[in-house]
Amino acid sequence: MSSPGKSCIPAQRLAGRDLGLIRGERVLFRDLNFDLAAGQLLLIEGPNGSGKTSLLRVIVGLVQPQDGTITWRGADIAKQRQAYHDELVWLGHRLGFKGDLTVAENLRAEAGLRRMSAAPDLPVFEQLGIAALTGLPFRVLSAGQQRRVALARLLRVKAVLWLMDEPFTNLDAGGQALVTKLLQAHLAGGGTAVVATHHELNIDASVQRIRLI
Amino acid sequence: MNAGNSTAPSLFDGLSAIVRRDVLLAWKRPGDVLNPLFFFVIVSSLFPLAIGPDAEQLRLLGPGVVWVAALLATLLSLNSLFLGDFEDGSLEQLLLSPQPLPLLALAKSMAHWLIGGLPLVVVAPLIAISFQMSVDTIGAMLLTLSLGTLSLSLLGAIGAALTIGLNRGNALLSLLILPLAVPILIFGTRTVSLAATGDAYSAGAYFLGAYCMLAVTLAPFATAVALRISNE
Repeated sequence: MSSPGKSCIPAQRLAGRDLGLIRGERVLFRDLNFDLAAGQLLLIEGPNGSGKTSLLRVIVGLVQPQDGTITWRGADIAKQRQAYHDELVWLGHRLGFKGDLTVAENLRAEAGLRRMSAAPDLPVFEQLGIAALTGLPFRVLSAGQQRRVALARLLRVKAVLWLMDEPFTNLDAGGQALVTKLLQAHLAGGGTAVVATHHELNIDASVQRIRLI
Repeated sequence: MNAGNSTAPSLFDGLSAIVRRDVLLAWKRPGDVLNPLFFFVIVSSLFPLAIGPDAEQLRLLGPGVVWVAALLATLLSLNSLFLGDFEDGSLEQLLLSPQPLPLLALAKSMAHWLIGGLPLVVVAPLIAISFQMSVDTIGAMLLTLSLGTLSLSLLGAIGAALTIGLNRGNALLSLLILPLAVPILIFGTRTVSLAATGDAYSAGAYFLGAYCMLAVTLAPFATAVALRISNE
């Protein structure tokens, strides 16, 4: 938020206007607004069951909100789905890898779906501490190792927008520090991120917070 | 950011990545493929034993029995079409990929046919022999079964996508798909029967071909919409 009060359309990336979502009888949130520019992080906080994941799924476009719109680079995301998806990477609660395939086979299948960095994968695997695991079936990895493999998606896909649901789950202290470091580097490089978590996040970046109750 | 040093996958890359992944997965977990196949073989090979060795009767009943068994075996395997992807989160990644969703739905259907439909077509001649079918009849059956099971994989994907989040979706899935599957069954059986009696059977084969083309062009779009709805 370098210039509050002044509208800066070119820098603005992701924005939510008057968002509202009702699930069953419950109003999860209403009249929610946010405005994210390059280098900014949106932190969605709140206790379990407060609708963090639901809000994240609305922002990513999996769920239609009852009210309001999400815009990406000034246009409604529902009208430019492919362009929006081309620039984002989603790290959900379920990781999206096949247990019976090896790590390498899983990652290869993913390369057909998204724009991948042309850089070699090995340095990425070494950075994440999974270089020795690529020949193993995904199923036999520990929960923390599986999380680390999923982090490879963030590094291999050169996306502008990262959306992460509870990224610290199952990770050890080293892994949590790694996620923070990756986020920090992403934001410093002009990326944008939306993170839903109940963890404390010590990050040196421009952070906006949404607290759900 | 630096989008310059990255390569965007082509449409064909997306299609082949899904097909290859699903076939590889089936290769590593052969039970999923073999269950419907065993069902097909057992059901259709028990009939000749129950009916008896009367060749005339077998020739009369054969096409219907083989077709019903193939239809049921395909319906059995349809339920799991999107279930695995839904449970491990791969489906979210498909929905959020920049590739067009109908293309990915088409890839899923094609993989399902390669895994489920093609093996049925391959073993069908063995079953046909036990029904005393002639070579010409077997040819007609292979043609109609190929077109029919491919149509079923494509149309069934719509139902599988709609019933994804439901707990006991299997019965509902069969109910949804049956009205679309019945024409395939009628024309498939009739075509093989006509071939068995030595009559011209090309009309039925043309109908199945047209039905299959219709399914290839329209079903992936319906499946894509159904996937978006059931993932809300």
